[in-house]
Amino acid sequence: MADQDQGATAQSIPALLALNVERYGSRPAYREKEFGIWQVWTWAEAAVEIRAMAMGFLSLGVERGDHVAIIGRNRPAHYWAMVAAQMVGAVPVPLYQDAVAEEMAYVLDHCGARFVVCGDQEQVDKVVEVEDRIHHIQHVMYTDKRGMRKYDHSRMNHLADIVAEGKAGHFRYEGELEKRIAELTADSTCVMLYTSGTTGKPKGVVLSNRNIIETARASVAFDHLGCDEDVLAYLPMAWVGDFIFSIGQAMVAGFCVNCPESPATMMTDLREIGPTYFFAPPRIFETMLTNVMIRMEDAGDLKHGLFKHFMDFAKTTGETYGMPRYRVKRSKPTLRRRWRWAWRYAMGIGFSVETMVENALRLALVRLRHPLEHRKHFHARGPLLNLYPQPLRDYFDYRTGEVTIFSPLKNTLGLSRIRVAYTAGEAIGPEIFEFYRSMGINLKQLYGQTEASVFITQQPDGQVRADTVGVPSPGVEVKIGETGEVFYRSPGTFVEYFRNPESTASTKDAEGWVATGDAGFFEPGTGHLRIIDRAKDVGKMADGRLFAPKYVENKLKFYPSILEAVVFGKDRDRCTAFINIDLNAVGNWAERNNIAYASYQELAGHSQVYGMIRDHIDAVNRSVAQDPMLSGCQIHRFLILHKELDADDGEMTRTRKVRRNVVAEKYADLIAALYDGRDRITTETEVTYEDGRKGAIRATLRIEDATVAPEAHLQKEAAE
Amino acid sequence: MKDMGEGYTTPDGRRIGPVLMELRNITLRFGGVVAIKDISFDIREGEIRAIIGPNGAGKSSMLNVISGFYVPTEGEVWFRGEKRGPMRPYQVARLGIARTFQNIALFDGMSVLDNIMTGRLTLMQSGLFSQALWWGKAAAEEDEHREKVEKIIDFLEIQNIRKTPVGRLPYGLKKRVELARALAAEPKILLLDEPMAGMNVEEKEDMCRFILDVNDEFGTTTVLIEHDMGVVMDLSDRVVVMDYGRKIGDGPPEEVRNNQDVIDAYLGVAHA
Repeated sequence: MADQDQGATAQSIPALLALNVERYGSRPAYREKEFGIWQVWTWAEAAVEIRAMAMGFLSLGVERGDHVAIIGRNRPAHYWAMVAAQMVGAVPVPLYQDAVAEEMAYVLDHCGARFVVCGDQEQVDKVVEVEDRIHHIQHVMYTDKRGMRKYDHSRMNHLADIVAEGKAGHFRYEGELEKRIAELTADSTCVMLYTSGTTGKPKGVVLSNRNIIETARASVAFDHLGCDEDVLAYLPMAWVGDFIFSIGQAMVAGFCVNCPESPATMMTDLREIGPTYFFAPPRIFETMLTNVMIRMEDAGDLKHGLFKHFMDFAKTTGETYGMPRYRVKRSKPTLRRRWRWAWRYAMGIGFSVETMVENALRLALVRLRHPLEHRKHFHARGPLLNLYPQPLRDYFDYRTGEVTIFSPLKNTLGLSRIRVAYTAGEAIGPEIFEFYRSMGINLKQLYGQTEASVFITQQPDGQVRADTVGVPSPGVEVKIGETGEVFYRSPGTFVEYFRNPESTASTKDAEGWVATGDAGFFEPGTGHLRIIDRAKDVGKMADGRLFAPKYVENKLKFYPSILEAVVFGKDRDRCTAFINIDLNAVGNWAERNNIAYASYQELAGHSQVYGMIRDHIDAVNRSVAQDPMLSGCQIHRFLILHKELDADDGEMTRTRKVRRNVVAEKYADLIAALYDGRDRITTETEVTYEDGRKGAIRATLRIEDATVAPEAHLQKEAAE
Repeated sequence: MKDMGEGYTTPDGRRIGPVLMELRNITLRFGGVVAIKDISFDIREGEIRAIIGPNGAGKSSMLNVISGFYVPTEGEVWFRGEKRGPMRPYQVARLGIARTFQNIALFDGMSVLDNIMTGRLTLMQSGLFSQALWWGKAAAEEDEHREKVEKIIDFLEIQNIRKTPVGRLPYGLKKRVELARALAAEPKILLLDEPMAGMNVEEKEDMCRFILDVNDEFGTTTVLIEHDMGVVMDLSDRVVVMDYGRKIGDGPPEEVRNNQDVIDAYLGVAHA
């Protein structure tokens, strides 16, 4: 633990970097797959590059307090640019790379960035497009020089040239750099991140070194992360999670950050790297599961049968026998432990012998009774002899499952080495959560925010459930306000919103309590936090019953065929919903059922698809009816949208959360139709293509009724 | 056409060099059929040269003459200041002429990577024996070639299908792989036979960008046959228009677009 004590003195990311060079100098710090090969930089090598880049920044004239915008996919060079900017006393501002020029213009203008680091030509083009409106941009750097030859290079450079410049001018800038690094304190700004802006314009969240480092330290200790972890950096760099994992925790724990070759190769790279610590929004886990299920449908009977048998079996036993053990470093195995191993092996052999004998006996018996069609009547069930107690039996069964199904499957998904995996951002479906956990992947949930440097609550090992978000993280205080809103106070609490004191004041009070904007409650008994919905979305229906759209939407989204759902019903007498189907899952289903379709729109309007979705909604209605508080939220009528909700159309944030008010405004005609009893409506919708051009889709949508289940508590009252 | 001497500068600022290949009075007959009739034009270094024309105009035959696959019945082909005689395919490849095909000609069972590696075959020095044994120069050489191939894979953004067998790929990607294989040969002249046939708008846009990027980055002289007029007009520096084996127009796209013969060939003319 001496390492961590040393780490406690480092007050800034550059200081941690220097410490890591000392501690782990020859261990890998960054990997990136390029030209088909994983290129590795050790901490020592990375530090040289980062320092050179910082000196290059000095040669360009980056001043203390300047903002350096970074726009690009996850690449070591971009992470280095962030640390290099910190070294020279500037503030890195990572931006979402898939934002359109207009959105980028707002952020660039708001933070007053003088320097911009772009990933490639595409990003440079966007910056050039808005440059004439934003006069403070002085210099643009780019990492990939493809297609860049024709640009005006008077105020533009290849980042590698800047690094070379820094290396060349090393005598000139070394002193200045040391001085600037020494000036950094725990209170100097570490990074500025823009919120995705579910409501209104994005806000710049200023996080200090203290916020990032303290949070990272606490969370590294919480999950026993060490310098031998591997993470895959694939989430948007502008998102606080990526900053905490790939810079904060990586610097504190000294583990290796792996960058995929391109976004398209993410899954292959995931498999090649086999991360030990992994973070993904529920959507990724959902997609992976959907893919597995689709491919299992195509597998042979034997594989299909094994998969089904062991997945069902693991549902009840996975928690007990599947989870990886905590990292406990043990000395040489003692005689006692050797003896235990030998005993286990013997028991295992005994078990398989018993099973074989048993099945042979059973087959013989079946053959006597059905000499001609014994195959049909033979079922290999658990041993009859019952020489082993049930837990031991389950243990062996689970290990068999591990060899035949779980390990190969985990290997295919690239999750073989996972020690800790987190999901956050949205609720995850209980089936999805259970699937991963039963395979022995330690998938946990956390609840966090940009303003809190991610961690507010997280689930400790051994107390993991699908419906809660865990207990307050170490060092975080959480309280529930009178309205049900969740408040927190922690070392990671942000300093301020940049150039926006009003918002800062309305979010963070004098004592440092921050409103999350989410409504939730602590579960009595366990002390786990449960989040219901965004506090401002939770409302009342016309008859005064509670309306929590997200709660119902999440239940709907747990079905693989439903990609997105938007529920309406605030101040109305009943609830209705928009459904977005998942083209992958529904397309596959259509293929299996011989349903022909030519487009997303046609598939979405198909009557059999409507039938399937209605069944799902009915099931959700039945489950919602069980909850006395929220039983009013059952869906009475619904329609399937003719296009996917999309961030380019402003219907979702870049982190793929539905912008409820935008959707309500844009599809006002559809909502009206949901409530006035019509059974079809013709509408025209404007769409924005990825390159910014606009088009329109016309469609006639059907509206159908769903079955509303009787409410559980009313039934009870009636019975009494 | 105006004399351009040692080259010219395109409107977007690229410098086009001197003449790389000159075709003088080419005529090609198959028995009694005249496929190409007395056509002359030149190809300049670093240029994107398009050949367009209605179906059966003799465009592909022209491309085959350029690539040396057909020997013209009459006329001469001058390449880099030398008159070119009849040649074998490998000699053509060594001269630095690579092509893609109208109907894709890749090895379906091999991976994308292997397919592209075959493009470098003419550049490999080691003999059959050492290559088969994977010994000595062959192993070292393969690394070198693999590096070049990886650069091309990176350039054409096909990293995610590197190990996929070509047979499993969709049409648009196969075309891209074919382009990659042609590029792997580091050609002086790249011949593209309908690189955009059968593609949707998005794939076409991608392909256009790649052709322009290739020309920009490697300075490869490109000769392309294409039906999509919009694409041709946007991409090429100079256009040759053919109809029934004759050349009916030659010049920059704007000039060709306003040429009455060309308009007649494409829109048809009333034979009153």
